[in-house]
Amino acid sequence: MRPLTEEETRVMFEKIAKYIGENLQLLVDRPDGTYCFRLHNDRVYYVSEKMLKLAANISRDKLVSLGTCFGKFTKTHKFRLHITALDYLAPYAKYKVWIKPGAEQSFLYGNHVLKSGLGRITESTSQYQGVVVYSMADIPLEIL
Amino acid sequence: MGRKLDPTKEKRGPGRKARKQRGAETELARFLPAAGDENSKRLSSRARKRAAKRRLGSVEASKTNESLGTKPSPGKLPKEAVQTPGKKGTQALFNAARDKKHPVPAHSSDEEEDSEDDGTVEQRDLWGSEDSDADMVDDYGVDSDSEEADGEELLPIERAAQKQKAWEAAAGAQWSEEETDEEDEEGMSPESGPTKDEAEGGLQINVDEEEFVLPPAGELDLDAQAPDLQRVHKRIQDIVGVLRDFGAQREEGRSRPEYLGRLQKDLATYYSYGDFLLGKLVELFPAPELIEFLEANEVPRPITLRTNTLKTRRRDLAQALINRGVNLDPLGKWSKTGLVVYDSSVPIGATPEYLAGHYMLQGASSMLPVMALAPQEHEWILDMCCAPGGKTSYIAQLMKNTGVILANDANAERLKSVVGNLHRLGVTNAIISHYDGRQFPKVVGGFDRVLLDAPCSGTGIISKDPAVKTNKDEKDVLRCAHLQKELLLSAIDSVNATSKTGGYLVYCTCSVMVEENEWVVDYALKKRSVRLVPTGLDFGQEGFTRFRERRFHPTLRSTRRFYPHTHNMDGFFIAKFKKFSNSIPQAGTGNSATGTSTDLDSPDLKGQIPPKSENSSQPAKKAKVATEAKQPLQKRQRSNKASFQKLNGVSKGAESELCTVPSITKVQASSRLQGSSKLPGKADVTREPKMTGKLKKLRFSKKAASPRQSALFKGRDTGTPAVQPLSETQATPRLKDRGQTLGKAKGAGKAKQQFPEEPGKKAKFQDSGTPEGPQVPTQVPTVTPRRSGRPPPAKRRKGASQQLF
Repeated sequence: MRPLTEEETRVMFEKIAKYIGENLQLLVDRPDGTYCFRLHNDRVYYVSEKMLKLAANISRDKLVSLGTCFGKFTKTHKFRLHITALDYLAPYAKYKVWIKPGAEQSFLYGNHVLKSGLGRITESTSQYQGVVVYSMADIPLEIL
Repeated sequence: MGRKLDPTKEKRGPGRKARKQRGAETELARFLPAAGDENSKRLSSRARKRAAKRRLGSVEASKTNESLGTKPSPGKLPKEAVQTPGKKGTQALFNAARDKKHPVPAHSSDEEEDSEDDGTVEQRDLWGSEDSDADMVDDYGVDSDSEEADGEELLPIERAAQKQKAWEAAAGAQWSEEETDEEDEEGMSPESGPTKDEAEGGLQINVDEEEFVLPPAGELDLDAQAPDLQRVHKRIQDIVGVLRDFGAQREEGRSRPEYLGRLQKDLATYYSYGDFLLGKLVELFPAPELIEFLEANEVPRPITLRTNTLKTRRRDLAQALINRGVNLDPLGKWSKTGLVVYDSSVPIGATPEYLAGHYMLQGASSMLPVMALAPQEHEWILDMCCAPGGKTSYIAQLMKNTGVILANDANAERLKSVVGNLHRLGVTNAIISHYDGRQFPKVVGGFDRVLLDAPCSGTGIISKDPAVKTNKDEKDVLRCAHLQKELLLSAIDSVNATSKTGGYLVYCTCSVMVEENEWVVDYALKKRSVRLVPTGLDFGQEGFTRFRERRFHPTLRSTRRFYPHTHNMDGFFIAKFKKFSNSIPQAGTGNSATGTSTDLDSPDLKGQIPPKSENSSQPAKKAKVATEAKQPLQKRQRSNKASFQKLNGVSKGAESELCTVPSITKVQASSRLQGSSKLPGKADVTREPKMTGKLKKLRFSKKAASPRQSALFKGRDTGTPAVQPLSETQATPRLKDRGQTLGKAKGAGKAKQQFPEEPGKKAKFQDSGTPEGPQVPTQVPTVTPRRSGRPPPAKRRKGASQQLF
């Protein structure tokens, strides 16, 4: 477990900024304490500082996971966000897409959403924009 | 082969043309009984057969068909089936079973018919009647009414019924003949034995239960090869019935163990258990309850789930699931987050709510240890065997994602499921690690609470995994027990006793065996400074305080056992410990004794021990031989309790540990001080009460002994001068070592009864500093056993008092 290097931090924040824009600071300074990112086995974990003290005692090969995994760095050092980051990105998402109840089930089980299944969408969403998908009940479903 | 155009010729047969309605006369003509018509008709061979058949009625025809063994015409059978389905069926079975052994009934009934019919012609017709086609007309053999010779107005159906009754009577007679034959034999031959008592038991069980006869012990091979499960089941019920009222219902000359042995074998056969496991279960449950337990293991427990309160509420979740088509109910008043699923039209593990992490599929019994643990917010919790993560996530939701949870498991593949589940359920305060649980306090310790869901033999979850019935053996259970003991000791060492809000440990297994549950808990009570406390679960059976030849600590009553047949959840065992001191006793019966004796004033105990340990830890660290003169004396006092050999070994051990881990040495030395467990040759049964007694005696005798000892010493000085130099030389290095360890031991000082005495003794013995040197060898009798002919009378007195125990 180690803190992220400058380069890695930059890459990761660029990626996250696609979804939540400048609200990144809100991720780090939370009302219930400071959180930080740590890298372990090419995966980025989002942990609170209280945990770091305990986690430091665990040897690297025995540590499996800590806090929440946000995503991982690929072999070519690109950052890929995981579904596990959804809960943190969803409240701050800039562009949202809502899908209708009928299409929700199909989407959850892996299929594409047709245009008819689209319920709402934030206005002025550009093409290929990173979005967060919600159900009509405002439950975040996916980061796309 | 042209069609002959002959309007006078009536169309007969099963074809379409025959079915066409021709007109009233022709229709009537077919129905009206007219022998003349028949005779005037040009009957083809088939028509003749049909006529004959109609006359006889369907029953006889079918009988002759079967008994003759010829292939019945398919056309005929349906007709007969329509007419008399029931009779045909039974007769077919009967005929097939008897295999023409008893043609008499059939032929007798045939003869009856034959008497009515004309002789040979009809016989031929009977023979030939098999091939004819079935008539579409269901006239119930109306034609034969005219041929009754009996003079009775019987319809063919009624005649057939009479014949049926006659046949059944004959059959009954035959069966009873067979049975009486068997009964006549005196039940010694293997085959007849079981059938005999089955017959007797079966026939008479409704009438008179006393007659159940236990088959002889020797034969069971028959059952082993080809068990007749129904018979075995019946026998099980019979034996349980007999056992319930043994005095009245027993068979003369048969003992209870014979009945029990038979029952055990039968249960093993019927429920397919291995002998070892069934033997263990027989020891645990009385016979009727055992059967309930075994039956409950055949049926799966209901599916239960636990709401994830981090993301939703139980009410909302229930509503959402009901909308999806799941039939569910709250679990019970003991759980605020549990739901039980009766049935579901959607896969319960694949709903969007599940994927969103709103609930977790978890057994009801797995929710209990976490409820017992009662984690508070901002605590540090260790879950030692966490896979697949159900309990860990429950802990996290009770803590509301505050604090830190260290979720550990030794199995790497199962850890993936932990990662998945914790992420899905939105648990953010968990660290997941992959250690062997036994490494624990070394890696990181000082947790507020620890949950240990130990790997076990799984005898409580047989309904989930039936392979456990046969693949568990004595070795497996003992291996599990050993591992559990090690894990439990490590877990206890990882708890911080001085935690402000915690200091608790919950040990649980999904097993019902005493070796894995009460025995392990009892072991921990002896080995560590822990105490059992109530789990906070108000239902469930209490754990055993004694079991067969073993005796456990009385506080084991606060542990809880759950069974599939009583609580409708998986078999489970839960024990909650409170650690009251961070020091590790070397041989901890003193602790358990103090635990019991001071159970009532536990708050005092809790209050006293931690500060004392903290205070004395400081002097321990600065152990100096010279200043700790009183320690050898203390050691001597306390060594009265310990076996002398152990003392030696222990001191050496303590030395080595000095170099490595100071805290542990201190702890071990203090345990030596308490040092009471290793009384050679003393049964565990007698240990605790004796211990308390001993402590009291010790306290008393110490004060008494000290002046005596100094006096004696003086005597000894004069008496054995030659011996002394040797003893001194031996004593001093030993003294040094022991001084250090003792210092630490004293520092760790668990038996608080000792503490008040120390100042007193200190005062006394600081005066006689040197005497302690030579006195020391008295405490090391292994080295100089002869010399301490002197554990002088005082010692011997103590020794004597020891032996009294």
